[in-house]
Amino acid sequence: MSKKYFAAPYLVWAVGFIIIPLFMIVFYGFTDRSGAFTLENILAILSHEHAKALWLSILLSLVSTVICLVLAYPLAMILTKRNVNQHSFMVLLFILPMWMNFLLRTLAWQTLLEKNGVINAVLSFLHLPALEIINTPYAIVLGMVYNFLPFMVLPIYNVLAKIDPNVINAARDLGANGVQTFFRVIFPLSIPGVISGITMVFVPAMTTFVISTLLGGSKILLIGNVIEQEFTQGNNWHLGSGLSLVLMVFILISMAFVMKYDKDGEGAMF
Amino acid sequence: MKKKLIASLLLASMCGALLAGCGKGNDSASKEQVIVYNWGEYIDPDVLDQFEEETGIEVVYEEFETNEIMYPKVSSGAIAYDVICPSDYMIQRMIDEDMLYELNYDNIPNISNMDETYLKQAEEFDPGNRYSVPYCWGTVGILYNKTMVKEPIDSWDVLWDETYADNILMQDSVRDAFAVALKKLGYSLNSTDEGELEEAKNLLIEQKPLVQAYVIDQVRDKMIGNEAAIGVIYSGEAIYTQRENENLEYVIPKEGSNVWIDGWVIPKNAEHKENAEAFINFLCKPEIALKNFEYITYSTPNKAARELIEDEDIRNSTIAFPTAEMLENCETFQYLGDEVDAIYNEKWKEIKSH
Repeated sequence: MSKKYFAAPYLVWAVGFIIIPLFMIVFYGFTDRSGAFTLENILAILSHEHAKALWLSILLSLVSTVICLVLAYPLAMILTKRNVNQHSFMVLLFILPMWMNFLLRTLAWQTLLEKNGVINAVLSFLHLPALEIINTPYAIVLGMVYNFLPFMVLPIYNVLAKIDPNVINAARDLGANGVQTFFRVIFPLSIPGVISGITMVFVPAMTTFVISTLLGGSKILLIGNVIEQEFTQGNNWHLGSGLSLVLMVFILISMAFVMKYDKDGEGAMF
Repeated sequence: MKKKLIASLLLASMCGALLAGCGKGNDSASKEQVIVYNWGEYIDPDVLDQFEEETGIEVVYEEFETNEIMYPKVSSGAIAYDVICPSDYMIQRMIDEDMLYELNYDNIPNISNMDETYLKQAEEFDPGNRYSVPYCWGTVGILYNKTMVKEPIDSWDVLWDETYADNILMQDSVRDAFAVALKKLGYSLNSTDEGELEEAKNLLIEQKPLVQAYVIDQVRDKMIGNEAAIGVIYSGEAIYTQRENENLEYVIPKEGSNVWIDGWVIPKNAEHKENAEAFINFLCKPEIALKNFEYITYSTPNKAARELIEDEDIRNSTIAFPTAEMLENCETFQYLGDEVDAIYNEKWKEIKSH
């Protein structure tokens, strides 16, 4: 009985800061300026500009997710193979940048990549051709991979670290070579971590507007930018909310995807 | 059942406590306070301290980034701000929607320090100066790097010159970007004509491949860092960038541009109207206006403050204080209504996603 008292503050929090705002978005999304019900804000996603922005967002976040996965999996494996002292230090190295503000880190990339930025200064000093990726989709993908890589590494690392070494030994005893052990034992056992990592990279990459503004020079319109513009410049909260709801559907789909594979919550980050 | 009752009672009492907390905020209305809502980095922080010291009125200070972010917070009445600093077209909109108190000029005697020219200019959006007191003003123009641009610039045309491909910075805001294109075409920057807007849109799409980036505040740092040759910028920022990089030059294109004024207003739900007027009056003091001018580098409409500027180059700077001829073709933004705003926004998205 007493346990319920402790839940009360969380309940107030959940109602005040999660449920009510969510309902407000739904309300705005399904009404027009006069307050009448409309589907227009939802269907607006079908217009050429919005569909293109959504498609670009999906494309760029998919590319980033794949790159993150390819980079993160071997890294997570290396981490698990180290002894305790070494690997906790290396994990710390990965978490450390996350303690710094996300905006600052992205701004730092802008300074690095700019035409007269740090990287190009070094390249021109070495008489190498300049790197011209700032204000292009490549810079956006780079920003996404950099910012979200830890969210891929950590869940995979957590799952790999929990695999009983005896399982791998048994596979070797029974005659599987390294490649077979990986594909038939280790990888299938790490799926929950992989799925969790994919969601944790894909979802924030889908919704970002900061990275595309700072590293894409605002020249590439992602769905996050469209929504941001509706709120901050367009003064059209209804359309912004409607598009947010559409985006939410994509996130719900990916959550469902996770639920299906990660039933035990093994891929949890910490 | 009983458990549930206790839990919900607890919840109710917590909400009660929360409400009581809010209630307290209202009680302190009796304590001298003024709640200020201003643009980011738009006042010298010392000025606030000085105001508190001199008047004993406590300043509660909040900042916004764009007029469009400010407007819903004020119109919903969520927070009872006492004094706000919107731009011209937003002031006009708030007057139209009956959101503002008329100012009592008996409480603002320092208005006499204002330059008549700017008060007259402000009548474009606030006839009779009944609701607003100008705070800062300026123009939008072209900032260029003399080492990268050989010929002198005097026209918006240069923003479509292919020699400067990938060397041009445009403003990342709807009205400012459209103002450039509309002015280049010889139309009003308050155009509501679909045909004219369509032409402007096509012009901006044509320009997009030449644009290095669409930026707002970063145009300042990028121009200082020699990142681009040409940028569209606010005059106040231009003075700041010239301090940092002497190769930069600012010009108001001959086709005309936007001349804007930000002014202090008091919304109808203000709880401390007299304190707000005291605050406005304080900002109109010549030495205070000077202090703010030196801190934010945006032009002051305060004649007495301008006379106090020690550096002659700045006092006579045509960037900070352009002459009447330079402003001949310039216009102030007007609020065009939600429907026209929506058209601008649609077209802006088409440009951005092109």
